[in-house]
Amino acid sequence: MSDAKEVTDSSFEADVLNASKPVMVDFWAEWCGPCRKLSPILDDIALEHADKIDVVKLNVDDNPATAAKYGITSIPAVYVFRDGEVAATSIGAKPKQVLEQEFAQFL
Amino acid sequence: MIATGLKVRSLSPIERFIKPVSTETDNGSNSPSDIRDVIIVGSGPAGYTAAVYTARANLSPLLIASSVTAGGELMNTTDVENYPGFPEGVMGPDLMENFEKQAARFGTEILFEDVTSVDLSGDVKAVTVGTGETFRARAVIISTGSAYRELGLEDEKRLSGHGVSWCATCDGFFFKDQDIAVIGGGDSAMEEALFLTKFARSVTVVHRRDSLRASRIMQDRALAHEKIRFEWNAEVAAIHGTDKVTGLTLASTVDDSSRELAVTGVFVAIGNDPRIDLVKDQLKLTGEGTIAVLGRTSKTSLPGVFAAGDVIDPTYRQAITASGSGCVAAIDVEHYLADLGDTVQTAAEVPTPVAEQVSETASV
Repeated sequence: MSDAKEVTDSSFEADVLNASKPVMVDFWAEWCGPCRKLSPILDDIALEHADKIDVVKLNVDDNPATAAKYGITSIPAVYVFRDGEVAATSIGAKPKQVLEQEFAQFL
Repeated sequence: MIATGLKVRSLSPIERFIKPVSTETDNGSNSPSDIRDVIIVGSGPAGYTAAVYTARANLSPLLIASSVTAGGELMNTTDVENYPGFPEGVMGPDLMENFEKQAARFGTEILFEDVTSVDLSGDVKAVTVGTGETFRARAVIISTGSAYRELGLEDEKRLSGHGVSWCATCDGFFFKDQDIAVIGGGDSAMEEALFLTKFARSVTVVHRRDSLRASRIMQDRALAHEKIRFEWNAEVAAIHGTDKVTGLTLASTVDDSSRELAVTGVFVAIGNDPRIDLVKDQLKLTGEGTIAVLGRTSKTSLPGVFAAGDVIDPTYRQAITASGSGCVAAIDVEHYLADLGDTVQTAAEVPTPVAEQVSETASV
């Protein structure tokens, strides 16, 4: 359902926090209907902006520590990390055009 | 002209069935072959049922499903126990996947884009989507459903995603062993409250009145549940918390008192409003804000424009009534197109029967 790389509690530091370019993290779960609608849109964004940003996904069911660390209480939640810090967030499934506007500074 | 509107993304198994859509652009040619019989806006039970019926009438419908809310309200529900034909119940998202498959089976073209504007005035209607493409048709069915209502509090938006939620099935998981509140007294509120008991330590239902609007069976289940408490005659005056919800101030609806409720999650289920932004300046509306239709038909104030589902329904608002309403719209469309007769190119064959007048003027 999605081409994005899976990150986990144990790989989060290396894959996201220490990444050289900004990373968009899709916090999702199997049982979340809106998450299933959002992931192909994030795949699109990943394809179109591969030079600027990496898009990864984190399954909150399997990786509760990271979800808890960032206070995730609604999914889908999309967080952009830059230099190890949360640089922008967007909560809920939104159309591609809206996400591109919200995250314009990273794309 | 071949459309570029289909997304450059991996397609789901269902989407793979979609054929390229022929369209014209805003400044493109206006040849008759670019004009469709019918476009359906919306992909809930009303939209998909209209698609099944119009597709089976050979009207080759284009259904514009939206990008992220495709499938409509049932996508955020779990067990649907009152849709006939499923004696054991059915999961909302599974039901909608079946609707989609059934519509696709008869040749409905389904586009996962968001409609950004419509021009419904002329004989040929124009529907424009987020990519800028415009599609044209002689008939349009508006089945955009409804959107959840917000409390309208200052802190609601700020704490949305940080303890304030509208989707128990998405977010209940994050409230394990916590005390949470559900706002509302209808079936949706009871369904959310009951679902949330799987995770929460306690669920407090906050309702403005002293009795519930929910159906008897849902009331009985909620009232009997050991984890569910009720705050009657109360409304939310404030949501507290800096990074995350820490509590609510509840104001009495019968006297001047107020009280604090310590909860870390708030699920809002106070109802829905019809989604009329696209059409509110072009179609007549009712006092309830729904699209006005003629009698028991789906005919709006503009010829060739039909409406179905929750967007016309301030009262019943069930999956099955929306579905029935989508069927009505599909049949009305076929009659309308056939009545246009030889003046236009249409696949519709069945003209308006005399009896339809009774449906238009239905009264006792």
